[in-house]
Amino acid sequence: MAKVHVTTLINGEPTEFLCEPNDTMLDALRGPLGLTGSKEGCASGDCGACSITLDDRLVCSCLMLAVESEGHEIRTIEGMAQGDRLHPLQQKFLEMAALQCGICTSGMLVASDALLKKNPDPTEEEVRFWLAGNLCRCTGYDKIVRAVMETAAEMRAQ
Amino acid sequence: MNVVTNNKWIGQRTIRPDGMDKVTGRAQFAADTTMPGMIWGKILRSPHPHARIKSIDTSKAEKLPGVKAVVTSKDIVDFPIEKGAVMLGIQDMRWMCRNVMARDKALFPGHPIAAVAATTEAIAAEACNLIEVDYDVLPWAIEIDDALKPDAAILHEFNKFDGKPSNIVGRLEHKKGDIAEGFKQADIVIERTFTTRPVHQGYIEPHACLISVAADGKTTIWSSSQGQFMVRAMTSMLTGIRQSDIRAIPAEIGGGFGGKTIVYLEPVATLLAKKSGRPVKMVMTREEVMRATGPTSGSKSTVKIGATKDGKIVAAHGTFYLQAGAFPGSPIRGAAGCSFAPYDIPNLLSEGFDVCSNRSKVAAYRAPGAPIGAYAVECVMDEVAEALKMDPLDFRLKNAAKQGTKAAHGPVFPRIGYIETVEAAKASPHYAAPLGDGNGKLRGRGVASGFWFNAGGESSAQVNITEDGNVVVTTGHPDIGGSRAGIANICAELLGIDYRRVSVIIGDTQTVGFSNLTGGSRVLFASSMVVTQSTEKIIQTLRERAAKIWEIDPEAVKWENGAAHPVSPNAGQFEPLTLEQLAEKAPAMGGPIGAGVQLNTQGADGGFGTHVCDVEVDVDLGIARVIRYTAVQDVGRAIHPGYVEGQLQGGVAQGIGWALNEEYIYTKEGKVDNPGFLDYRMPVCSDLPMIDCIMVEIPNPKHPQGVKGVGEVPLVPVMAAVANAIYNALGKRFYALPMSPPKVLEKLDEPLREAAE
Ligand code: FES
Ligand code: FES
Repeated sequence: MAKVHVTTLINGEPTEFLCEPNDTMLDALRGPLGLTGSKEGCASGDCGACSITLDDRLVCSCLMLAVESEGHEIRTIEGMAQGDRLHPLQQKFLEMAALQCGICTSGMLVASDALLKKNPDPTEEEVRFWLAGNLCRCTGYDKIVRAVMETAAEMRAQ
Repeated sequence: MNVVTNNKWIGQRTIRPDGMDKVTGRAQFAADTTMPGMIWGKILRSPHPHARIKSIDTSKAEKLPGVKAVVTSKDIVDFPIEKGAVMLGIQDMRWMCRNVMARDKALFPGHPIAAVAATTEAIAAEACNLIEVDYDVLPWAIEIDDALKPDAAILHEFNKFDGKPSNIVGRLEHKKGDIAEGFKQADIVIERTFTTRPVHQGYIEPHACLISVAADGKTTIWSSSQGQFMVRAMTSMLTGIRQSDIRAIPAEIGGGFGGKTIVYLEPVATLLAKKSGRPVKMVMTREEVMRATGPTSGSKSTVKIGATKDGKIVAAHGTFYLQAGAFPGSPIRGAAGCSFAPYDIPNLLSEGFDVCSNRSKVAAYRAPGAPIGAYAVECVMDEVAEALKMDPLDFRLKNAAKQGTKAAHGPVFPRIGYIETVEAAKASPHYAAPLGDGNGKLRGRGVASGFWFNAGGESSAQVNITEDGNVVVTTGHPDIGGSRAGIANICAELLGIDYRRVSVIIGDTQTVGFSNLTGGSRVLFASSMVVTQSTEKIIQTLRERAAKIWEIDPEAVKWENGAAHPVSPNAGQFEPLTLEQLAEKAPAMGGPIGAGVQLNTQGADGGFGTHVCDVEVDVDLGIARVIRYTAVQDVGRAIHPGYVEGQLQGGVAQGIGWALNEEYIYTKEGKVDNPGFLDYRMPVCSDLPMIDCIMVEIPNPKHPQGVKGVGEVPLVPVMAAVANAIYNALGKRFYALPMSPPKVLEKLDEPLREAAE
């Protein structure tokens, strides 16, 4: 099979890459693009470790074909901090021990960021249902939910 | 040893050393690296639960363009069964060599048969399909009852039990007093039988590795595991490459919970890399993880407890049958040894039976075996308390083990904190709160306790002062839940410097001394011992250096707040010498400053926990939800409270999954029918409430900071706490896990069915 040439925007950078027609976006990110912050926990859309945004919409990159990014804008965990300035969610996850092994963390942060963009004042229940597609086996979610709520409160106060 | 008091960093919620990399996506896990010239490995797996392998023909696969190497069991070092056990830790290499690649028989669907390395993953997968295997399909048994039938298919014909070929491959017992006599004194005796299903550890990161073998045999392994030294030793034993030639580098590990304490891929990838001359990467799919890596055992347990009218337990008997899977080695020690440990029972018999069956070989899962045993015992405890009309926590207090109690599994307990956990649970706001109105749903509350042994063992550390006067600590244990944060706190505390000046890293096998597995809740216990001793040596050196500069006796120098000071004005009037200043002067004053310590650590005290759980059951849908949960545990000393709570909360979440939803389901053909996260239902964020933690701190007197292991206890009581809460809600007892919606509905329909019959 001939490889396909794709032109897209990744974390604000105009990017070109070659991929197989059946490669997923996650394959492309982790392979030719070298962006291994997005993780593969299941490759079936069930764990959320591969969460990215496509034109600001939260998607599982394992369920999207790489060629579908043509002409669109992708954001990944690698684009979340501004230089050496962490996003408030990243900072709060660190302060509140909202990660243990860290394999779910990229996906959790990308998904939480997408939530707060849509809903800056979520209830605990809204956070829990929004993050229901992101599995974490280590933390029991308690500190993750608290970190998201607290970040939201601080961002609202600013 | 002195327990450090008046702390600046110990007990603080500092930011973990590896945190920044993990919140920015930079951290490198097992599947995140590449090497120049790298190719891909894939495994061909048995489709049958039980089959003799008559022949394997790999010729077509080898001819496929792009294929660079093929291996079968012929390439793996054999440990012949008749030659007896060859142990590495608790693993018998006779079973390990057969688990990584089937030899004469395939023993479960998913059992590796052969492996291929090719230039792409797709070619490797295609080549696997070209391998021709001639199987003689055999009868099989998966469930314990089936494996124990007189005419059951026998997995290992050489194994005898009671003189006959059997799937019972091991038995152990713990005994105290005389149960026959004990039960005679009882006013009330309750005996129940329970079953649990196999459940998977459920780490989100699938097993993966990247391995290169140079022409001279020098091997580099990049993989995530719960022990780089275990990876090195097992790979060495299964490939014949010397340990000194294998550098096993610990990648960040994306969860293990016990499941990454053995190898699956590394020996195979090493042989593929050796044959092909190219670095080989292997990554399991989720389906492979579910089919072929360790879940923990399914079980069948019978527990009988006898008590007097005034609430004293006089006798207890437990029999625990645990599925080992394809090879011997189920965690009967945890089930039989831990489940009665919270109680002082004069007459006790606790027996464990290790049962082989045609499913993947079990691997450790958080307090292996203990949650299975505790589920049965703690449910019967609840029934006995109810029959005695006693509060279940008071009943536990009345029978609680304490300092001086002789545990059936051996030790006489030192000062332990079990009673304190029960008292704290009793005094908790949760236990005092009314259950509240369920708005049509039924609510209930349950409690349960649990124990885990905890472990010490070998650890090594090297602490070095950098030329600019900061600190690098290297230890040998993969950090699975925040241990680096705890180590930074301790080292900073001892040196009296800001914790951010201490960098903690995990060394590879060739740069740090031998360190045993990350398991048994031992990492912070053991590594803080070696780090403490190393740091104390450094402080001694720093005092000597200052003494030399000041030309006074080293005994006249004390170390405080990151600097050397004269002990008193009598010793002389000198400006303090800071760590930075002493580091700068190091070359002229005797050379680099650093110290390493290697120990087989002793003195790990067991851990106890008591949990309170509220559930709400939707009787129309059969859905039970946990709506409030409090975990109380004696944690010794919480070095980093955030990560101690994290252990408690994570363990509870896993237990709730085990109690309510998780289970392996099999097809009629004996294959796992739910090998993915959609159908193997682990708790998601919207399934759980906040999980409250009460950390009781009874310091371990044998540890410099009072540390006790904390990681495993939190899973032990959970299933019983949930089951007891569901009973309290419904007035009906469940004797099988999981208590999933179909099972709850079935139970709720029982009176109707009985009435109809
Ligand atoms: S890897 Fe995409 S959802 Fe799991
Ligand atoms: S921190 Fe390990 S899976 Fe979430």
